[in-house]
Amino acid sequence: MFQLSNEGKTKVLSKMKRYETKESAIIPALYIAQKENGGWVSDEVVLHLSQLMDIPAVRINEVFKFYTMFNQAPVGKHHVQVCCNISCALNGGRELAGHICKELKIGFNEVTDDERFSVSKVECLGSCSTAPMMQVNDKYHENLTPESAMNILRGLK
Amino acid sequence: MEIKLLSEHYSNPKFCELAGYEAFGGYKVLKTALTMQPQQIIDEVKASGLRGRGGAGFPTGVKWGFLPKNGEPRYLLCNADEGEPGTCKDRVMMEKAPHQLIEGMIISGFAVGSKKGYIYVRGEYFHVIAILEQAILEAYKAGFLGKNILGTGVDFDLDVYSGAGAYICGEETALISSLEGKKGQPKLKPPFPAVQGYLRKPTIVNNVETLAAVVPILRDGAAAYKKYGTEKSAGTKFFSLSGNIVKPGNYEVPLAYPLKDMIYKLGGGLRPGRKLKAVIPGGSSAPVLTAAEAEVATLDYECMAGMGTMLGSGAIIVIDDSQCMVDMLAVLTHFYSHESCGQCTPCREGTGWLNKIVHSILEGRGRLQDIDLLVKVADNMKGRTICALSDAAALPVLSFVTKFRDEFEFYVREGRSKVKGASHAQMHH
Repeated sequence: MFQLSNEGKTKVLSKMKRYETKESAIIPALYIAQKENGGWVSDEVVLHLSQLMDIPAVRINEVFKFYTMFNQAPVGKHHVQVCCNISCALNGGRELAGHICKELKIGFNEVTDDERFSVSKVECLGSCSTAPMMQVNDKYHENLTPESAMNILRGLK
Repeated sequence: MEIKLLSEHYSNPKFCELAGYEAFGGYKVLKTALTMQPQQIIDEVKASGLRGRGGAGFPTGVKWGFLPKNGEPRYLLCNADEGEPGTCKDRVMMEKAPHQLIEGMIISGFAVGSKKGYIYVRGEYFHVIAILEQAILEAYKAGFLGKNILGTGVDFDLDVYSGAGAYICGEETALISSLEGKKGQPKLKPPFPAVQGYLRKPTIVNNVETLAAVVPILRDGAAAYKKYGTEKSAGTKFFSLSGNIVKPGNYEVPLAYPLKDMIYKLGGGLRPGRKLKAVIPGGSSAPVLTAAEAEVATLDYECMAGMGTMLGSGAIIVIDDSQCMVDMLAVLTHFYSHESCGQCTPCREGTGWLNKIVHSILEGRGRLQDIDLLVKVADNMKGRTICALSDAAALPVLSFVTKFRDEFEFYVREGRSKVKGASHAQMHH
């Protein structure tokens, strides 16, 4: 059964006090739990948060399923999100996404066998004047070429 | 020519820290503002002609005036959910000058009688959230935030809230739903947020650039601000220039700046050997302009409206002659069908249909009548939903199909793009 660490629990409880209503802490709590659960949110995670926050699981699920930054399936240690919206598409973003998949030998929304990488195509990330770009976990990488993107990914631990 | 009322010191890395911001006169305007009557500030903002810089272009002072004139608690929310494809200006403003936004929010909060504000930032901007949290901490330590600001008896608390990846949360009532810990679904208006918003309390939602602009307006006065632009489009505005352009970037220029100067002077023009085909002038929801229209357009609300499009968020997306318009429209229809929140039928079903029809053309399965079907579906999506996303999805379709109909017809007839060598990486797998 998934359990947040003590530190994670403390963080969630402090978020519940930080905002006017405890429901406003659902999004922050999902971020905290997703991080501790290896990058995705499982049913167990939702149940645990439901008990910890005393909010019905269905209420947490409603939020969890609505927002794309919460992953509903396992992702790699380095989750690579490549923008394929218009400004990036005009500058080779879709080709970049395809190239990364080919190099990592996976399809979109798949995880490499060693569980190090997963790749998905995403909508505009606000990096339009520095296209094409990818986000790896929390970090933006901009003005990429297929080569520079792979160099960045190969350099990750 | 650029006029840097907001961005004058953006190149200085120290400007994002409190000491650096104060070294260039930061928080001086706040000190003066707190000696004024709140109504004086509202009047000055009204007189400046400042219009919402997020996309809708509604006069800021007028929006503030919709708040009830009683002492009821109210909230000031900053919309930093920058998500309109092509737009990356708010991000740069928060990275380079978080204190400018904070100062603008304290002044605006004082003007509208709010003691609590939030900056709702799109979740992907992790680094921006860290910068804002650090800056807010500095502002508290310096006595610019919290109780009894600078001994004036004015209180204002400010916090940051992270979204989690939903374009629709840039719509103000969806943003409020999200901040309340719900799905980011828009609410029917009226009641407008100014009457019943966050937690059903009166609420003002303003864009990052709008709130930051309050600082130079009060610093130089409304008259000085109005020297730039036109009567209906006053002041300066940030434009995010992207697409097929030599020098993409964020540029602050006076409103009514010629679009062709933005592309050819500031933007360095097109890449060698390329010709301009089209420009999306105000983010992906704005109807596209042909190259000929772009040559004569000026970047102000009235010129854009006159050309059947909009200034929107100020995201200028340049498309050159190597691009296929069917392919580009497919990128946009995919986006809107992905981002529809699903509560209104015309939008939920319509965005899906638009996307399926455009992709069937792109995959060589299109029929000539599909082009008219696109127009029919898009027409039926306009003005029939709770929020503007449905219109935002319909407008690009109508403009692409109308202005570049030959490319769509060619694609249907030949099963391939009229543009030789145009890429067609598929969005679906």
